[in-house]
Amino acid sequence: MAAFILSRVLQAIPVLLVVGFIAFAMFAFVGDPVVTMLGQDYTEAQRQALIRSLGLDRSFLVQYAHFIWAALHGDFGISYRLARPVAGLIAERLPATLELSFTASVLALVVGVPMGVYTGIFRNAVSSRLFLAFSLIGVSLPTFLIGILLILVFSVMLHWLPSFGRGDVVHLGWWSTGFLTISGLKALILPAITLGLFQMTLIMRLVRAEMLEVLRTDYIKFARARGLSDRAVNFGHALRNTLVPVITIVGLQFGLVVAFSIVTETVFQWPGVGLLLIQSIAVADIPVMSAYLLLIAVLFVVINLVVDLLYYAVDPRLRIERRAAAGVR
Amino acid sequence: MRGAARALARFADSDFVYSFSRSPVAVVSLLVVVICIAAAAFAPLIAPHDPFDLASLNLMDSFRPPLLAPDGEWTYPLGTDDQGRDVLSGIMFGMRISLLVGVASIVFASVVGVAIGLLAGYAGGTIDALLMRVADVQLTFPSILIALLVDGVVRAALPKDMHEQLEIYVIILAIGIARWPQFARVVRGSTLVERNRDYVMAARVIGLSRVRIMATHILPNVLGPVLVIATLTLGLAILDEATLSFLGVGLPVTQPSLGTLIRIGNDFLFSGEWWVTIFPGVALVLMVLSINLLGDWLRDALNPRLR
Repeated sequence: MAAFILSRVLQAIPVLLVVGFIAFAMFAFVGDPVVTMLGQDYTEAQRQALIRSLGLDRSFLVQYAHFIWAALHGDFGISYRLARPVAGLIAERLPATLELSFTASVLALVVGVPMGVYTGIFRNAVSSRLFLAFSLIGVSLPTFLIGILLILVFSVMLHWLPSFGRGDVVHLGWWSTGFLTISGLKALILPAITLGLFQMTLIMRLVRAEMLEVLRTDYIKFARARGLSDRAVNFGHALRNTLVPVITIVGLQFGLVVAFSIVTETVFQWPGVGLLLIQSIAVADIPVMSAYLLLIAVLFVVINLVVDLLYYAVDPRLRIERRAAAGVR
Repeated sequence: MRGAARALARFADSDFVYSFSRSPVAVVSLLVVVICIAAAAFAPLIAPHDPFDLASLNLMDSFRPPLLAPDGEWTYPLGTDDQGRDVLSGIMFGMRISLLVGVASIVFASVVGVAIGLLAGYAGGTIDALLMRVADVQLTFPSILIALLVDGVVRAALPKDMHEQLEIYVIILAIGIARWPQFARVVRGSTLVERNRDYVMAARVIGLSRVRIMATHILPNVLGPVLVIATLTLGLAILDEATLSFLGVGLPVTQPSLGTLIRIGNDFLFSGEWWVTIFPGVALVLMVLSINLLGDWLRDALNPRLR
């Protein structure tokens, strides 16, 4: 087990170093911080002094090592736009993005799985076909249009829900949460639906396909022959065996949900890291962009690692193969 | 001339055309795509108004409602925006830019992807491992994020006063870079199969150069799936561009694409002028949905195993 985790971690390190290199190259080759910091009047001696004090006279590799070292200590430099440390900016906005992504994923699961089971069991019913057609539309509509339509219907026409912002938040240490106030929960509904709709249709189609597959197998026929109720067969036997791939997909997709929240956050002016990224790209704020890139890369690597470990825990065959390969009995 | 006519007759008689005419979804999708292309290509000739002609704009005409609303009029069938520009004409010109950027970025992505896929598949070894690793890492991230970051970096590298003129090329580059791995993977896969065939052996025996073998012998045989992927990713590329423009880091107001129109219209949603944003949105969805359905059909039609 320890060897497995270790090998996985070792595989992740080169990926992170490459992404770190891209993030660093953004600094090194785009724009000239020295000219920006010196302003209009400066002497050659001042320029040289600044270059030395920033460490820019050292070799590329040394600078890269410094960048990685600083990033490991949570130092991503200062935002050009806001003149504040990037790490603080991101820490401030991360809770908003994570709460939104988490809610969207849960919503997608809670709605998507029952719809998938239903369309899998009653595959020829009219309602199943309606669900499938609905899911096709959900996939074809771009995220920002879904958001605009929801705002038009529920905010502009019906005045039921707020169209922007997070509502009131409660601070628990450095974490700000919108889960604990009514206005925070109301503000969460539309963005979460917008962000979760794509995952929802994906989960529904996946569960449906898996159900169709499982319902055809012999052990389901056997369970029916034993006289078990439909409910016991469908949920106790069939659904249980479809859930492993579903949980894997939802886990792997969480990183995508966080990245896709860029669009949703812009539509709803949700104060998360995605909105921060868009505002930074518009004015070419490189430190924020490279920090965001690193953050997403770490998130993806961690998620992949956790999913691998879950597989290892869930599927006993993997353990046996590994032992056989290592020559251990 | 007669040869061309005969070829056309043979094409009209082929399985391909037969299965096309038997699929209502494909026929309707093709119709919508053709209408979109025609509207985009001939926009300067057939658009009822010229949204870029400042002299013809009249602020008195701003926010005219569309025909669907009780007091709509035929002069502006889809209404007007805040400057008095006709929304229908805006959509036609916007489609022009959306299609142009989408097609150009897919051409760019397929050229880069096919070249890299060929090289990786034919050369093998370290080059293959390195190139495919890059493709793998890139595929784990959503393409819109890659396009956003490329766009941001190029923006930072360019002087500010050149942004507006160059933005369209920047967007094409950004989406192209975000979409090449799919092409490279498929082409690499078919190249691995083709390079062990006898005709490649023969070409090698007569002493042709590697570049020549790749370009004139293997390339024509791996291009089949590229067309399908190009159609399937064209819709996605158009959506990428619309998303970038909607986020405000895409095409500027001077070159409005459908995404830019949606973003501009979004500001008037709350004051009740829904048509400024909803109609460009509907046009975008119809166009992308038709392209996707056509791509799906093409994939199935060209796959002999599904016949």
